Amino acid sequence: MARLRNLNMTLKYEDDLRLFKSRWSRAAILALLVLMVVLPLSYTDTFWLRVLNLAVIAAIGAIGLNLLTGFAGQVSLGHAFFIGVGTYAAVYFGEDQSWPLPLWLLACAVIGGVIGGIVGPFALRLRGNYLAVVSLGLVFLGIHVFKNWESVTGGPGGTGVNPPVTLGSLDFNELSLFGYTYSREQGWFLLIWPLVAVTALLVKNIVRTRPGRAMQAVRDRDVAAEVIGVSLARYKIGAFVVSSALAAFAGGLYGAYSQFVTPENSFNLPLSITYIAIIIVGGVGTIFGSIIGAIFIGGVPEIVSKYSHSIPFVSTSPSEAGFNLTVFQLNQIIFGVLIVVFLVAEPLGLAAVWFRIKAYFKSWPFSY
Amino acid sequence: MRDFLQLCFAGLSVGSLYALVALGFVIIFKATGVINFAQGALLLVGGYLAYNVHNTWGVPFYLSIPVAMLLCGALGAVIERVILRRMVGQPVFAVIMVTIGLVFILDPVVTTIWGFDRLELGDPWGVETIGAGDLRLAVKDVWTIGLAAAVMAAFFAFFRYSRLGVAMRATAFDQEAAIANGISARRVFALSWAIAGAVATLAGVMMSAGGPGVRPDIQFIALFAFPAIILGGLDSPGGAVVGGIIMGLTQTLTAGYQPRYAEWLGGGFDGVMPYVVMVLILLVRPYGLFGTKEVRRV
Repeated sequence: MARLRNLNMTLKYEDDLRLFKSRWSRAAILALLVLMVVLPLSYTDTFWLRVLNLAVIAAIGAIGLNLLTGFAGQVSLGHAFFIGVGTYAAVYFGEDQSWPLPLWLLACAVIGGVIGGIVGPFALRLRGNYLAVVSLGLVFLGIHVFKNWESVTGGPGGTGVNPPVTLGSLDFNELSLFGYTYSREQGWFLLIWPLVAVTALLVKNIVRTRPGRAMQAVRDRDVAAEVIGVSLARYKIGAFVVSSALAAFAGGLYGAYSQFVTPENSFNLPLSITYIAIIIVGGVGTIFGSIIGAIFIGGVPEIVSKYSHSIPFVSTSPSEAGFNLTVFQLNQIIFGVLIVVFLVAEPLGLAAVWFRIKAYFKSWPFSY
Repeated sequence: MRDFLQLCFAGLSVGSLYALVALGFVIIFKATGVINFAQGALLLVGGYLAYNVHNTWGVPFYLSIPVAMLLCGALGAVIERVILRRMVGQPVFAVIMVTIGLVFILDPVVTTIWGFDRLELGDPWGVETIGAGDLRLAVKDVWTIGLAAAVMAAFFAFFRYSRLGVAMRATAFDQEAAIANGISARRVFALSWAIAGAVATLAGVMMSAGGPGVRPDIQFIALFAFPAIILGGLDSPGGAVVGGIIMGLTQTLTAGYQPRYAEWLGGGFDGVMPYVVMVLILLVRPYGLFGTKEVRRV
C-alpha cells in the first residue's frame, strides 16, 4: 500500500478528486505562493515585471477562454470584445463613479457575464465554423460601438483609464509596506497574481465538478450529452457567461494597468487571436496551461525585441529599402509559426510537454 | 435616382470583389471542410505577385494577371500539401487557428519583401471614367465586374462540365464514395486551394488597380467577405456570389444613405453593416440563404 502510494497510484475515488494529488504538488504550490510574494518585493526590474504583469492579466482572460473553448468546445474569436467591455466598465464604474477597487472589479465581471449571457444563446443555434465567424463579427460590432459611445469610451481617440486601485490603506500604484516603498509594477504584481490564483482555483473547481463534466460532454458530442440529460442551453450559455465574466474582469485589470486604451488598437481581432494562441500554446483544456501560455506568448516577443540586435538579418529601422525584416515582423512570424507548429506537432501545448516530463519522473525508474 | 444607380454600380463592383473572395472560401470549405482565414493573405500575396510579375519581370499587364494567378494558386496548393493535410480530422477550432497562423506568417513575409508603402500596380485603367447616360462609371469598376463575372462563369463551367470539376463536386458531396470511385481526394484538396489562391489573386489585383495601388491592407477585404459566405451559406458557390453582391450593395448603399437618414448609428457604420446583416440572417436562417442544413443523426 505504502509503496503504491509512493508511486502516486490513485487508490480511491476521493484521491482522484483531490486538487493537489501528491505531497510534491502541495509543496510546489506552497513554493509558488511564497515566490509570488517574495519575487515582486525583491526583484525590481520594472521592464520584466511589467511583462509578467501583462501576461498574467492575459492569463485571467485566457483561463476564461479555455473554459469556453477547451472545456465546453465553443470556438470564440470574440474574446477581445469582452476584454473591451471590462475595460470600459472599469472606466465607468471605477473612474467616473469612483467605486472602490473590489466593487468596480466585480462590476466588470458582472457586466461581462451579463453580455456573455446575451451573446451565449447564439451558440445554441450555431456550431463550429458558423459560430467562429459570428463571434468574429462581435469584435467588429464591438469596436464600432466603442468608437461611437464617446461619453464612456472617449471615441476613436481613446480614453485614459484611472480607476482607484486602493485596498484600505494600500495603494497598489505606489505601494508602501512596512516603511518600504515599491514601484507600480511591484505593487500591481502583488495585486494581480493572487487574483490569478483565485481565478485558476475557481475555474479548476468548476471543471472538476458537475458543470465541468457537463461542459466536456457537450464538447465531445453535444447530441450524446443531451441524450444523457445534460442541458445544452444551460451549460453552453453558462460557459459563455463565466468565460465573458472572466474576460471582462481581465479587461478591467488590463485597462487600469495600461491606463490608456483606444477601441481600434486595444480590442481588435489580433487580441482575440492572441488569446486563442495563448490557450493553444499553453494547452487547450488545462487551467495552468493558460497561465504558462500567457507568460510564453507575452514573454517571447519581449525577449526577441530585447535581443534583436544579436539576431542576424533583423534590422531595427522600418524604412530601409529592399529586403527588410524588422523586429515587429519577426515577432509576427514567430507568433504564426508558434500557432501552426503547436497545432500540428503538439496540439495539447506546453501543458502536455510538462505532463510527459512529470509522468516520466513519477514512474521513475520504470519509465518507458 | 441617379445617386441610387451610381451607388448600385459601385456596390456591384465592391460586391463582385467580395464574391471572388467568398468563392475562394467556399471552394475550400466545400472540398475540405476548412474555413480558410488565410484567404485574405493569399489575396495579399497574389496582389504583390501581380505587381512583381508586371513591374519587376516586365510581363505585359494583361498577361501578368494569369501568371500571378498561377503562381498564387501554386502557393495555395503547397500550403495545403505541407500544412493543412496534416490537420485532416482535427477539431474545427484547430484547423481555423492553423489558417490564422498562416496569416501571421504570410503577412510579414510580404511586407518584408515588398515593404509597407503602397506600390503603383501599373494597370492601364487608372482613374478614367466613362459616361453611361448621366452616370459616371470608373473604367476599373467596369473591368472588375466584367473580369469577376468571366472568371466566375469559367469556374462554374469547370465545375459543371470538366472531369476534374465533377471530381471536386463528387468529393465535396461524399468523400468516401468519391475515393471508392477512383477520385484522388488529395488532388481535389490541393486543386481547391489552388483555385482559391487564383481567384484571390484576381481580387487582389482588382483592389489595387485603378489608382490605390498594392498595399498591405488589401487583405482586410477578406474579413468583409466572411459575412458574405455566411449569408450565402458556407458550402454554396452560387450563394457566395449572391451573398457577395448583396453585401457589396448593402455596404455602399449604407455608406450613401446612412449618414443622412440614420445618423444615430454612428460614423463608419457601413464598415460593420455586413456583420449586422449577417447576424440578422443567421437568426432567421442559421445555414445562410443557400447553405445545406446540417443533418445530425443520433
